[in-house]
Amino acid sequence: MENKIKIEVPVMADRVSQGKSPEYLFWVGSAGAFDDRYKQVSRAFIKVLQYLEIDYAVLGTEESSSGDVVRRTGNEMLFQMQALMNIDIFNTYEVKKILTCDPHAYNTFKNEYPDLGGNYEVIHHTRFLYDQIKKGRLKANHSFFKGKKLVYHDPCYLGRANGEYKAPRKVLDSLGMKRVEMSRNKSFALCCGAGGGQMFKEAEKGDKEIFIERTEEAISTGADIIASACPYCMVMLTDGLKYKNSEDKIKIYDIAELIAMSLDL
Amino acid sequence: MIKQVIFIVSLLITLVVFAFTLRNLFLKFKLTRPKPVRNIGERLLITLKVALFQTKILRKPIIGLIHALVFWGFLVILIGSVEMLIDGMFGIEHSFHFLGKLYDIIIASGDIFALLIGIFIVVFLFRRIFMRIKRFSGTEMKKWSHQDAIIALAMIFFLMLTLTGMNSFYLLEAKLQGHEIAGVFPVSRYISVLFSGLSPQTIHLGHEINWWAHILTIFVFANYLPYSKHFHVFLSIPGVFFSKLEPLGKIDTMESITKEVKLMLNPETAFAASDDEEAPERFGVLDVEDVSWMSYFDALSCTQCGRCTAVCPANITGKNLSPRKLMMDVRARMNEKAPGLIKDGPDYSDNKSLIRDYISEEEIWACTLCNACAQECPINIDQPSLIIQMRRFLVMEESSAPAELNSIFANIENNGAPWQFSQEDRMNWAEDLSMNSLK
Repeated sequence: MENKIKIEVPVMADRVSQGKSPEYLFWVGSAGAFDDRYKQVSRAFIKVLQYLEIDYAVLGTEESSSGDVVRRTGNEMLFQMQALMNIDIFNTYEVKKILTCDPHAYNTFKNEYPDLGGNYEVIHHTRFLYDQIKKGRLKANHSFFKGKKLVYHDPCYLGRANGEYKAPRKVLDSLGMKRVEMSRNKSFALCCGAGGGQMFKEAEKGDKEIFIERTEEAISTGADIIASACPYCMVMLTDGLKYKNSEDKIKIYDIAELIAMSLDL
Repeated sequence: MIKQVIFIVSLLITLVVFAFTLRNLFLKFKLTRPKPVRNIGERLLITLKVALFQTKILRKPIIGLIHALVFWGFLVILIGSVEMLIDGMFGIEHSFHFLGKLYDIIIASGDIFALLIGIFIVVFLFRRIFMRIKRFSGTEMKKWSHQDAIIALAMIFFLMLTLTGMNSFYLLEAKLQGHEIAGVFPVSRYISVLFSGLSPQTIHLGHEINWWAHILTIFVFANYLPYSKHFHVFLSIPGVFFSKLEPLGKIDTMESITKEVKLMLNPETAFAASDDEEAPERFGVLDVEDVSWMSYFDALSCTQCGRCTAVCPANITGKNLSPRKLMMDVRARMNEKAPGLIKDGPDYSDNKSLIRDYISEEEIWACTLCNACAQECPINIDQPSLIIQMRRFLVMEESSAPAELNSIFANIENNGAPWQFSQEDRMNWAEDLSMNSLK
């Protein structure tokens, strides 16, 4: 390739010891750090952050679980331990703004950490990207996805849980693709099936898996691309496409990946 | 005079029975756990929006609009019912007539709404009896639920019928006697034509029968409701007022645990802080006395419409979970256990509990906490909070979570991630990262 630039992802501890105080903490999340598919999303979003010349850092090996999943599976004790430890670290680095691709971490930082004394401006990457577009700093390349059709799957913890339906759609519309909706969309959207701890356990007995029901709905729109904005949804719908043998016909990407692709980062 | 006495006696009976019901309810609420109510201003706004303007029921636009019209009609007709109460007690007629033009508007809209509601009730009955609407069925919908619905609908229909009858015969009688007509009757004036050939005595009797039938049905209805799923009529507006104001994604923090966790993380402060030893409360919900008063309020105001269950992803895919059933279970279990608890105190046991005897672990673990149920509920019932509370009991009191979840607890405790990856490897994803230069 022509001019590859190596990216060293800045780590909070290093930046602070250099006397810097990065504007944003980018919270990678456990899936963003360890899930093979979702690591690609973290990498894509980093490229976008670099491209936009954002002053950010990650916690690196100091990052731990946000506690979202343990709280939702009833382990309040462990949730509060995680939350208080994380708040301690955030406060050590005087974190003011937290940026994340994970709606679950977003929800718990924004709505639940304040009860335990952690008050931050928490921004989901879809809102962040939309703000950059509004400021004129981010302009996707229309020709990259020319002629493709896209459908957006609302993550429960971005949509219903926090009322964010607009930003992801606005960002996607900036890609210049035809965008369609599933019949259950926005506040009516069907869950991917992973929330509340389901991601980590077998589903209870039933007629069907939730992720298959949702994947079928996405496929039936005739879209070429499913856009998601949540690590759980990514895992579930990827499995769904495999199950339906539709991986060749329809692809799933996170919104950050689509932006990075369109800019050829 | 006799009429007035009969009226006051029947009103007193109504009030005594109602007071007895309220007392029992109050005793039941006393068994539940406290939950503070803050932000009154915001609560008034949400009541205006969700209750008065019916914003959430309108998520299903057609049937929602029909419900909204019935609701708004009730509000208008309620003013007329209050007037009837005053008239009946003091032996007068049309005590609100002094309102002038406003009175005409109230009476006229009540007259129109009586017809509309009557028609809509027929629509509702038709949907219940002849159409197979999925959300009206389900394992939790026993015969009684359907009968209850039909009884309440029939009573409302009868109320509208007698209201129209009352208005029609009033018009005829006033015309016969040459009285000034109090109010405007855009519907009843046409209905009255049907009866215009009757004798003055029959017309007078017609008015009396309809008047008494209407007000006595209201008295019976008011005392039937608290034992019916249609308690909704009384409780839905206050229920919305007390409902959750925070984003749906927020789960309440257990403050009792915060204290413990802080001691664990920072043992030096242990001696300073550990002097207020209260009786340790059970973590989460095992039985009905562990639920918050708000969850019990939710259970009482639920009218079993099933919108929650219809959108539940677990239910849609055939799992054994129905958010509506949870509400019905809380109410039924309270009815079962409360008498014993009230009589024998908190140590009373009937060797049963809400979890397992009413709600299985399978149901509790089938939820994805997607909040579709809470989003859909027209009166802001918070079903997910009850699920979380029951999970808290299973996890923190019994350690009986599904095995896969126990292993993610262990992983998060040991290495800060749900999977068995070392925290030291948390930056591996960023290795060999490069991008194309665009500059």
